[in-house]
Amino acid sequence: MSLSASDVKKIAHLARLGIDEQQIEHYAKDLSSMLDLMTQMGQTNTDGVVPMAHPLDQMQRLRDDVVSETDQRDHFQTIAPQTEAGLYLVPKVID
Amino acid sequence: MNSQWEAVIGLEIHTQLSTQSKIFSGAATAYGAEPNTQACAVDLGLPGVLPVLNKDAVRKAVTFGLAIDAEIAPHSVFARKNYFYPDLPKGYQISQFELPIVGNGHLDIEVDGVEKRIGITRAHLEEDAGKSLHEDFHGLTGIDLNRAGTPLLEIVSEPDMRSAKEAVAYMRKLHELVRYLEICDGNMQEGSFRCDANVSVRPKGQKEFGTRAEIKNINSFKFVEKAINHEIERQIDVIEGGGKVVQETRLYDANKDETRSMRSKEEANDYRYFPDPDLLPVLIEEALKTEIRATLPELPDAKKQRFIEQYGQDAESAATLTSSRELADFYETVVKAFGGEAKLVTNWMTGDVLGALNKAGLEIADCPVSAERLAGLLKRIADNTISGKTAKQVFDKLWNSDASADDIIESEGLKQITDTGAIEAIVDKVIAANPVPVEQYRAGKDKALMALVGQIMKETQGKANPGEVNKMLMEKLKV
Repeated sequence: MSLSASDVKKIAHLARLGIDEQQIEHYAKDLSSMLDLMTQMGQTNTDGVVPMAHPLDQMQRLRDDVVSETDQRDHFQTIAPQTEAGLYLVPKVID
Repeated sequence: MNSQWEAVIGLEIHTQLSTQSKIFSGAATAYGAEPNTQACAVDLGLPGVLPVLNKDAVRKAVTFGLAIDAEIAPHSVFARKNYFYPDLPKGYQISQFELPIVGNGHLDIEVDGVEKRIGITRAHLEEDAGKSLHEDFHGLTGIDLNRAGTPLLEIVSEPDMRSAKEAVAYMRKLHELVRYLEICDGNMQEGSFRCDANVSVRPKGQKEFGTRAEIKNINSFKFVEKAINHEIERQIDVIEGGGKVVQETRLYDANKDETRSMRSKEEANDYRYFPDPDLLPVLIEEALKTEIRATLPELPDAKKQRFIEQYGQDAESAATLTSSRELADFYETVVKAFGGEAKLVTNWMTGDVLGALNKAGLEIADCPVSAERLAGLLKRIADNTISGKTAKQVFDKLWNSDASADDIIESEGLKQITDTGAIEAIVDKVIAANPVPVEQYRAGKDKALMALVGQIMKETQGKANPGEVNKMLMEKLKV
């Protein structure tokens, strides 16, 4: 499978990654060879093999439903660029 | 709707699970707290934190699955749904994709007396996002992350509904069910129960589905019906006008009663799901299912059937009185405390009690007349101490005070006159004083009797039994 320059741009945009125009060709080649490897792996016969959801053969530990966190808003907001009335302020996003 | 077209509707309903803490953190979920005071490092997506799954959220999801006869996945997996929006600090929402916890169940609805089974494709656990406030911040957006990480169960139906009415019936039924199960408080104003509708139309008889539009975040039963009906009309207009329906997300504007396009960018829906490496698979063992199954309450349909059989109710009364667990419990408490015929309780509950609650805008839990006080009133009707008419007067007084029905009857002197001699004297007096209606009645004008009964009731201040007065009058006026 071979990715085009526009595929690479779209992927980068979805992940909000800034990429150098000159690097696109290089990324396209690299990513394409990764996909080729996937295709190759996909040809392996996996009949009767249960898909693996996680490399660790363990189950999720659960926690009891109790409130254990206290309000640390002031502390967390010291690293926020801008806050007001307890809210984090961000550039306006309109749907 | 134009009869050549058929609508196809599926609903995605987000129910907020009523846990104390968040799905992946120990922050509180209480509604209405000061902004960001219930958002901890995990909810903020700060580097280095790890999610730990809330046991109660899992139990509630399993409870729901068992109640709709669904398959509970023995092995279910969390996935990352990737998109960028400031109310989602991690850049992904933890949700479930390929292996949801609940799969393949159903719910039966009834529309115009016809039963219909609606398939439920799946229900999966996920975290809620925060809230964006677009006003008043000098051109910036304010973000409150208190809601981020609140546990949600997203319940996805099959595209089995064919009208807005069916969609509302399904939504109501589901709302009733999650409240019966006590897994969600069902508060729609606070966003605990939200609905997205997938709507498409196709020519009647066609097998393939038309292109669907998704209507987002409809938060009342009334709006669901209006929004869907509006969307069906819009799509028919587009197609009949020679156009094509575009697959998109639309937002319902209740003020203008219209839907409008919300996200135009196609890639907005490219979520690139993948299993979340921070979370291990969740295993649900048989023992847990057995344990939860044993604690399931009587479900709405079963309760309704039992009310019909046990209390001789008609289907409509039974549906009304089982519409919430609290109401059904109240009813049964009254029946028990009253000890007489359940029919009288049914009539009073569906009539006066619900009427008064409705008028006052109250829920049964806030009813000023307790089940015991209501039973006290019904006892006095049953033993003929007061007439049904006087009972309504007493009910008003019960509503506005803490007194018992007996106290009110006593202090207001409302006891029915049972002394036949006393009533007879009054009847004789009224006959003597009203020769005209007496003559009219004797001349065959039956209506004239009513005037006489009215006079007697007035004389006795409504304390005579009207049935008895009637009988006595007719006896005395016999020619």
